[in-house]
Amino acid sequence: MKTISGRLRLLASTAALAVTLSNGAAMAESLVLYCSVGEEWCSAMANGFSRATGIDVAMTRKSSGETYAQLKAEASNPKGDVWWGGTGDPHLQAAEEGLTEEYTSPMLEKLQPWAVSQATSSGNRTVGIYAGALGFTYNTEVLEDKNLPVPSCWADLIKPEYKGEIQIANPNSSGTAYTALASLVQLLGEDAAFDYQKQLHNNINQYTKSGSAPAKAAARGETGIGINFMHDGVQQRVGGFPVKVIAPCEGTGYEIGSMSIVKGGPNPDAARKWYDWALTAEAQEIGASVKSFQVPSNVGAKVPPEAPSLDTVKLIDYDFKEYGSSATRQRLLSRWDDEIGSLN
Amino acid sequence: MRRSQWFWLAAGWIGFALLPWYDTPLSDDRTWSLPALFAGLFGSAPWLLPLLVPLLLPIVYLTKDVQSRASALVAAGIIGIAYMVLQGFAFGLNGWSWAFLQSVFGPTDRFQNGFGYGANVTLFSFLFMLTEGLAARGWMKGDRFVTGSIGLVIGTILFFVFLPVSTILTNAAIPDGEQSAVVSFFYRMTDADIWSLSCAFENRRCGVFWNSLRLGILTGAITTLLGLAFALIATRTNFPFKRGLRLLTVLPIITPPFVISLAIILLFGRNGTVTTFFADAFDIGRSRWIYGLPGILMTQALAFTPIAFLVLIGVVQGIAPSMEEASHTLRANRWQTFRYVTWPLLRPGLANAFLIGFIESLADFGNPLVLGGNYDVLSTKIFFAVVGSQNDPGRAGALAIVLLMLCVGAFYVQRRWLGKKSYQTLTGKGDSGRPSELPRGLKYVCYATAIPWAVFTLILYTMIMFGGFVKNWGRDNSFSLDHFAANFGLEWTEFGLLWSGRAWDSLFTTLEIAAISAPLTAGMGLLTAYLLVRQRFAGQASFEFITMLSFAIPGTVIGVSYILAFNTPPLEITGTGIILILCFIYRNMPVSIRAGVAAMSQIDKSLDECAMTLGATSAQTVRRVVLPLLRPAIVAALVYSFVRAITSVSAVIFLVSARYDLATSYIVGRVENGEYGLAIAYSATLIVIMAAAITLIQFAVGERKVSRRTSSDAVKQEVPA
Repeated sequence: MKTISGRLRLLASTAALAVTLSNGAAMAESLVLYCSVGEEWCSAMANGFSRATGIDVAMTRKSSGETYAQLKAEASNPKGDVWWGGTGDPHLQAAEEGLTEEYTSPMLEKLQPWAVSQATSSGNRTVGIYAGALGFTYNTEVLEDKNLPVPSCWADLIKPEYKGEIQIANPNSSGTAYTALASLVQLLGEDAAFDYQKQLHNNINQYTKSGSAPAKAAARGETGIGINFMHDGVQQRVGGFPVKVIAPCEGTGYEIGSMSIVKGGPNPDAARKWYDWALTAEAQEIGASVKSFQVPSNVGAKVPPEAPSLDTVKLIDYDFKEYGSSATRQRLLSRWDDEIGSLN
Repeated sequence: MRRSQWFWLAAGWIGFALLPWYDTPLSDDRTWSLPALFAGLFGSAPWLLPLLVPLLLPIVYLTKDVQSRASALVAAGIIGIAYMVLQGFAFGLNGWSWAFLQSVFGPTDRFQNGFGYGANVTLFSFLFMLTEGLAARGWMKGDRFVTGSIGLVIGTILFFVFLPVSTILTNAAIPDGEQSAVVSFFYRMTDADIWSLSCAFENRRCGVFWNSLRLGILTGAITTLLGLAFALIATRTNFPFKRGLRLLTVLPIITPPFVISLAIILLFGRNGTVTTFFADAFDIGRSRWIYGLPGILMTQALAFTPIAFLVLIGVVQGIAPSMEEASHTLRANRWQTFRYVTWPLLRPGLANAFLIGFIESLADFGNPLVLGGNYDVLSTKIFFAVVGSQNDPGRAGALAIVLLMLCVGAFYVQRRWLGKKSYQTLTGKGDSGRPSELPRGLKYVCYATAIPWAVFTLILYTMIMFGGFVKNWGRDNSFSLDHFAANFGLEWTEFGLLWSGRAWDSLFTTLEIAAISAPLTAGMGLLTAYLLVRQRFAGQASFEFITMLSFAIPGTVIGVSYILAFNTPPLEITGTGIILILCFIYRNMPVSIRAGVAAMSQIDKSLDECAMTLGATSAQTVRRVVLPLLRPAIVAALVYSFVRAITSVSAVIFLVSARYDLATSYIVGRVENGEYGLAIAYSATLIVIMAAAITLIQFAVGERKVSRRTSSDAVKQEVPA
């Protein structure tokens, strides 16, 4: 924690309006971390790394979309070293645009196959650090109140009795919802997937902006059912809300939370140290201690008991390369806009 | 030469020959860079030597007559600024910045860092040499203060508003795939998503333009009328709880983002308290009506009414009662007096309040985000075009242009409505009239709108405060101080006091940045207002529009554009506190300007002229005559810029760094994580701090002393808000 007097330096130096603050302190080794998971998890990771290596971590938390936009804006003079966390698609896009650095960690062999394939498909510019499957979060009180059955399959969600009870994010704004869109396309085929979504549209009460919003809305009873990543629903359950989380019976898609090294960042050595450390079992077990129940990518890391185990969930063989590419994404999103988003 | 001209010439030389020219980044071993003169002479930066030309020019012309010396200063200023800006942008961290320069001069491994102390001092010296020279040549009646102010305001606005904003807007013409820039631009600007009117004919959505327009007009009208009702009650009635009423109207303005929206959901959401009550008592079905236009309107009206109130109260107080008395003497009744005397004099206030409400509504991002439901507006669309899974900066640019066009439209409608009439009622003559009381009917209308609104606000804030002290708002309402302990914990250790709470860091940074930027914002804003109202110069209308530019654009766009513009030399300030301060100054300045313009157009120019005739300079006139009469506007400007620096969120999301993290970005992180308790506890603390700060500002600035009697029989003058 900084002292107040240390902050007076800013006051003094604003006199020259457009001059950068000079930082006279002797430089210990440091790392600038862009973090795209919850605040709690981010600071726990930053502290854990400082404790393990003595390297000072300056952490900024932003959503993955925001971080990606920031990396693009800063590309000519990067200010960050590592981008840790957040759904894999923007990491893959950053890799595609050459915003991130190639690095093959010695830790790769200790990772789950899905984490390694994330690395291979990006030319080792990013790697998987956790995974989470898509599912439904439903409010038990609301369903009971309205005498509605518990939905267990994608096919259930388009039944007329759920009219006005379902929430999902807008894929134009949310990576979660784009994962859902891509999963449905892979599960049903493109035309059938859009037919399905048109029917689903009749039951949707709102397309939210953020991907985890449906889980929160379900927790507070603002909607009966939310379509979101299962760990977001688990977090609400642990937080004391009357919700349960279920994986759809037909199979479902998943995200691979990823990590990348920023190309041309100020501290490349510290960045690689972080990269290797973040793939260790100890580092990956930090998540569960701060109520984040994603599935870790290190084979040796303990899977938290609350986490929706990926073994019992029927996962589709999600093609991250194809559906993470800009061309496919743009085509699917503009079709969604035309056929679903513009409906009243 | 005059002493002031010497001063700026000397400053230019000091910056050039003595101060370190460049700003050296942290990773660099050299702690200080050389002054430009030595860097130029000894070869590390020979491209700086041509600056000797403008620096020597005024000296060469020393012995000539006044006119040529003035012209030399003008030339030196123009050459100096042009050369510095050009070489700064042309040659950056990685050599040439533009491809054509590389093809002309060949590749290079030399580079230059951002401007440091020396470069900035010299740049400003050139600017003021230019304005000094112009004044000496007789521009603006030879008034150095006025030319200097115009130069400062225009120069910095061009650099900190126009430059970053234009980087974003030009994105709209990025070639899309195979298409040429022009075709891409055309397609983006005519997208059905923006303009479609299909909701009128079939079961499809309307374009986002129409949504934003409808929302902006409704919010502008509602906030103006509510603000007027409050302002009239506060000044023209003997309502017993005036002070309490004023406090309530100020509360929403000091509320951090998301908090009101969350409270509204907990009250009116499908599972909200009010909804549950009506469902149980009257068997009214639970619905999600709040998500969409009704919800956004409600929160925006709550949030922006105070601004309208602050603008209007100054105007209402400023109306000369003798005009109303004259009307009464001529046998007009109260209603006629109000309709034909008071109301027309209120027009500048109403127009400015509406314009602010309209533009605030268009640029508001937090409330539509939480409560918008499926009602899309431009600001959220732009945000997700930048950060959403589309990642389409071209679309963001096009949408931003549409948003700007809406604002230009509103701006011109406002000016048409105000016309060229005079609204001056504060004259040098003493005014011993008594403000007319409101017509009875109107008084009750004011009561009927303002009082329920005040009660509603009160309930909402009780709930918010309550939310900070319970375990889990809406679920587990047992008392707990956990949230405050987590945010603001203090521990006493062997090394002394440990600020162990997680929010201390961001709290201190926030207060510091807000305290620095508020007086600068208010100062720049009022100075600009003075130039707009009191001076006449070519290009004034476009100047006025540029000052409004940064306000009309959603914060996110400003944030991204600031990174794009200021991450590389010549001005490399990302990751510092200074970029936050600059962003706040230029983003919040428009409200100071509006408040200043509204207040200043009431003050009779003969007061200025009187002071000038008695031998005061224009700077003295501003300080001794205009400023004391502007006190309500100063309070409004200071309060608003301080508060906005604390509560604004979308602009700073991209600008905060680990070292300069702000309260709002902490709160947003908590809200995203569903930890409403922590967010609310922090917000409640901020509300208390801001309330204290506002009281302090009012106390420090003092009230405007105009001889007016109040309408009630109470003899004492009302304390202005």
